[in-house]
Amino acid sequence: MTDIALRLDSVFKKFRRGELYDSLRDLLPALAGRLLRRSRRQALAPREFWALQDITFAVPRGEAFGIIGANGAGKSTILKLLSGIMRPTRGTLQVNGRLSALIEVSAGFHPDLTGRENIFLNGTILGMTQAEIRQRFDAIVAFSGLEEFIDTPVKRYSSGMFARLGFSVAAHVEPDLLIVDEVLSVGDYLFQQKCVQRMNEIMTGGATVIFVSHNLRALSTLCARSLLLERGRVVQVGPSNEVIKSYLSRGQEARALEPDRDIRITQVVLGKPGEARVEFETDDFLEITIEAAARSPHEDLSVVVQIVDDNQYPVFDTCTQRLGAGPLALNAGETLRCTFKVQLRLAQGTYHVNAYLHRYVTDRAYERWLSAATFFVAGTPTVRGVAHLAPSLIHCETRTRAAPPVAADPVGLISSP
Amino acid sequence: MTAPSAVGDRVWIRATLGELMSRRDLLYMITWREIRIKYKQSVMGMLWAVLMPATIVAAGIVVRYGYSLVAHTPLAIGDVASVSVRAVPWAFFVSSIRFATNSLIANTNLVTKIYLPREIFPVAAMLSQLVDFAVAAVVLAIILTVLKVGATVQLAWVPILVLILLLLTTGLSILLSAASLFFRDVKYLVEVVLTFAIFFTPVFYDASMFGPWFSVLMLNPVAPILESFSNVIVAHTAPPLPWLGYSAVVSVVLLVTALSLFRKLEPYFAESV
Repeated sequence: MTDIALRLDSVFKKFRRGELYDSLRDLLPALAGRLLRRSRRQALAPREFWALQDITFAVPRGEAFGIIGANGAGKSTILKLLSGIMRPTRGTLQVNGRLSALIEVSAGFHPDLTGRENIFLNGTILGMTQAEIRQRFDAIVAFSGLEEFIDTPVKRYSSGMFARLGFSVAAHVEPDLLIVDEVLSVGDYLFQQKCVQRMNEIMTGGATVIFVSHNLRALSTLCARSLLLERGRVVQVGPSNEVIKSYLSRGQEARALEPDRDIRITQVVLGKPGEARVEFETDDFLEITIEAAARSPHEDLSVVVQIVDDNQYPVFDTCTQRLGAGPLALNAGETLRCTFKVQLRLAQGTYHVNAYLHRYVTDRAYERWLSAATFFVAGTPTVRGVAHLAPSLIHCETRTRAAPPVAADPVGLISSP
Repeated sequence: MTAPSAVGDRVWIRATLGELMSRRDLLYMITWREIRIKYKQSVMGMLWAVLMPATIVAAGIVVRYGYSLVAHTPLAIGDVASVSVRAVPWAFFVSSIRFATNSLIANTNLVTKIYLPREIFPVAAMLSQLVDFAVAAVVLAIILTVLKVGATVQLAWVPILVLILLLLTTGLSILLSAASLFFRDVKYLVEVVLTFAIFFTPVFYDASMFGPWFSVLMLNPVAPILESFSNVIVAHTAPPLPWLGYSAVVSVVLLVTALSLFRKLEPYFAESV
């Protein structure tokens, strides 16, 4: 037993776009090549690309470690390599101890089998022995809250019940290394709280945890160290707060107007000129400055700014046209600059800014830049969800029956009620 | 994470078997799942285990009867017994291969989302058919007793024959399951071959009926096994030893090759489904 729970050493992973093989003529040489182990060469064939490049990091036993990155940065690929579903194209990967992934917790279920049968089936698939499952069976059923339906085939379950049973089994595996990937949107609020408690138990039990989430607050609370992944490369490994800061500010770099583009949004900056910032409090004012450049004259532009939450769900959008500006003109060599000011009546969370250039009359998009910038609202813990409706308590009394106490959510893992 | 070692065959075989041993609960559960699902919501239940061999036997009796008419010899009880004794292992072989070929594709969900030793799927497919085989064998034993076929010391060969049959079936199952993951053609090819293989395999007939072509028929590694079953159970004679040895060697070589190929291709399963 070493002190390192997992170690990746210059790991590369290559994928191929499109159909795997178009014909037997492609396939046979490829298979022959694989069998002769020539496939680990570094050069990329046409249509191949690196999903991960030169990933090196190690996680000591007992640490909670976060992985941050935009969609498509390669987080899931790393998790697939860690769990052994895929093997790296190059580089070495070492996992010490029993690994359990709270990723596809219901993958092993068979719809025709009952809840009871599926607990045994899925439990063994996730790595428990029959004896371990028998021993923990009652705890699993109690955790899921599905006592009445345990002898019903799971095809008759609602999707929520299905997910709850899956999580309940996975939560009782007692791994040395736990991988958590945004699973906590499972079930209702009370069930989510149970999940959080269970995860804390697993962590305090000394397990190493790899936590992949867009929920940056939960991540910074749980994980002392994090890794920032961008387009398959490690950008930074270090204390979570620093890594989160550089993740949030990464979008504020300018883009070039490439030769093959007629018009482009070149920059999206949050905050006042010269003092860009990414962390805000609820009700703070935020200035969003959008710049665009073009190669040919345009006379009918409007600029749209949209704010989306972490699930890419639109929270808000507005545009120059609706705010009273007429069609905007932009000539070659000029820069169009618009600054919007909004008040962040938002609950705590991570939000992304999407910027669009529309044709004024038809509202057709010329150009868009999704997740051009990301910011974080610290907010108050009194509110969950997206909107901050400034609640206050004006009346509250106890009648004969006490309301059930609301359990604490110390790390704020639950993203939405 | 142990990559297949290039050092020697023994190392990776031990690693593979070790992994399968350490996950034997999983092998058991997947096998159990296959059996459970098959009989859930089915009216005939265990009768299904007998249906396929019974159909083969019925077809065999028709063929044998036609043969006896042409040859002007009466249809002997021994002929019927011989066909039955060949039909039961043949039914097991065919349904195992058919089921195992699809086993990885049918479990795409697990192959792409969770890590398990994937050899478990074809092996479990084969094991679940083994239960049917056992049921059919018991029924067959009762029928043979009723037909007063009798027992001799030659019956001691039966476990060895079953073992060779299992090795051969497992090797082919593993090989075909991986192959069909990469090329969907394999599934249809297997269907075609399995449908007509009964004509190339001594199930309805004895290989010796073909005189000079006997050796050619026996090159099919299933043939010596079926001939041996018929010899030791019905004819009470020794199995054709050189040919049985040939089958055993083919089975072992095939199994080792299949495991080795499977291990080399396994890292690409999740990307190739």
